Amino acid sequence: MKIHSNLAVSDSGFIFNPSNGDSFSTNAVGADIIRLLKAGKSLADIKKEISVKYEVEPTVFEKDYEDFISQLQDHFLVSND
Amino acid sequence: MKTEKLKYERPAIRKMNTGLMNKFGTRTEYAPFTHIDGVSVKELINKYGSPCFVISERTIRKTYQNAVRAFKTRYPKVQFAWSYKTNYIDAVCNVFHQEGSWAEVVSIFEYTKAIQNGVPGNKIIFNGPEKTKADLQVALENNSYIHIDHFDELYDLIELTQELKKTAKVAIRVNMDTGVYPMWDRFGFNYESGQAWNAINKIMASEYLEMVGLHCHIGTFMLDTNAYAIAAAKLSDLAVNIKYVFNKTIQYLDLGGGFPSANTLRGAYLPGPDMIPSIDEFAEVITNTILNYGFKKEDLPLLILETGRAMIDDAGYLLGSVIANKRLSDGRRATIMDFGVNILFTAFWYEHKITPAQEFSSHTEDMVLYGPLCMNIDVVRSSVTLPALNRGDHVVVHKVGAYNMTQWMQFIAMRPKVVLIDTNGESHVIRENETVKTITDPEKMPEHLKTFNL
Repeated sequence: MKIHSNLAVSDSGFIFNPSNGDSFSTNAVGADIIRLLKAGKSLADIKKEISVKYEVEPTVFEKDYEDFISQLQDHFLVSND
Repeated sequence: MKTEKLKYERPAIRKMNTGLMNKFGTRTEYAPFTHIDGVSVKELINKYGSPCFVISERTIRKTYQNAVRAFKTRYPKVQFAWSYKTNYIDAVCNVFHQEGSWAEVVSIFEYTKAIQNGVPGNKIIFNGPEKTKADLQVALENNSYIHIDHFDELYDLIELTQELKKTAKVAIRVNMDTGVYPMWDRFGFNYESGQAWNAINKIMASEYLEMVGLHCHIGTFMLDTNAYAIAAAKLSDLAVNIKYVFNKTIQYLDLGGGFPSANTLRGAYLPGPDMIPSIDEFAEVITNTILNYGFKKEDLPLLILETGRAMIDDAGYLLGSVIANKRLSDGRRATIMDFGVNILFTAFWYEHKITPAQEFSSHTEDMVLYGPLCMNIDVVRSSVTLPALNRGDHVVVHKVGAYNMTQWMQFIAMRPKVVLIDTNGESHVIRENETVKTITDPEKMPEHLKTFNL
């Protein structure tokens, strides 16, 4: 699973996909995950960084992360290669 | 130095659609609803559990006083009677009785509750299609106002009063065409067909029945004030005719209930607060019609109102929590709450306003809100835009004071506590939550079924 590298992500959570012109809005945790994915971080790294920054149980985050990735897939923002 | 961690919100993403038309605009800001009458929602849930109903005594009194003002400033003789079926928790009824409301009941169960609450028998209006002879006798002995629903009841009452040689104070319920569809004609006697006049003739001919009033209840959640003008005119017409034919002054006209609350009906084009007429608009048409009908000053009848929903809906809140989040097969977000249609019966009719009870970001999602029941019909909102709710987050459902605490079902789950916040901001349990014992105590086990081997 790989996020499209050319996605533009603003600090406020605005996402622009230049390949098809679609735009999205995400919340703070979502924006952090996308930035970390763009930086090539693994799930373990992402879990660690999010748990340092936010008040969240690792198991709760892992479930939410899976759900978020499926949303990114629905919006064609990640590819499976 | 230890840095404090940020509040976590479930990651969520939403595609932005530019150019889609929406004449109302897109709502981008929500305010968390953290306190009811100054009492923290979180503290209420910690103390009384989740879910739980909360009733604001302050709102009941304010709403009642506003309704009384609307009518009493326009008409000299007005009496409200609290519609027990709307919410018959004793503490709620007593707030209305303290404000001066009589009781309006539709069964012997409600009648008994009113008596137990201390309402004098002669300030109880007994409506409803089911009154047994024994029920009628109780009402008769207490000198209550009996509103006759059908001829069988009328004959029962004639027989009973003759047996007891006691006079009953009666009114008839009149159904009529007020221009609204569907016409409510299953209760009472029809005006247009002459059935109501026929019933009046029988009452006037009866030795022990005193015709004191005329009653109607034309519908529920009425959005058309003009229907009440028609109803008031038709009742006035009967009253004037009774005076003319029998020289009998009718003491009161009871216009029933039916005024809407500010809830949004399912499928309605506009939100509730934008659709409903104010209580002043209803008061204006009803009182104008009666005042202009031609009654002599001394014959002007008392105007009775049995307003239920519009009096209590705003005062009721349901507090609940998120059990789980999931995604449906079509990609929609689904949130499962710890309350469902079992206790929020009005979810079948309304698109209830639901607000998170804690801070959240401006990011929102469209979602389906389900209740906890293992039943497909348990849908609280089929489509609602809310912030990303985490498991355990609290929400507040607004305007749930009417009918939920009487029509709720003991189905799959048990019914929760009901808490009243008094005018000083103190909270009181006014109905305990059910326990397994509440449900199993009335059950009986036949001897041969007491044991089994698995």
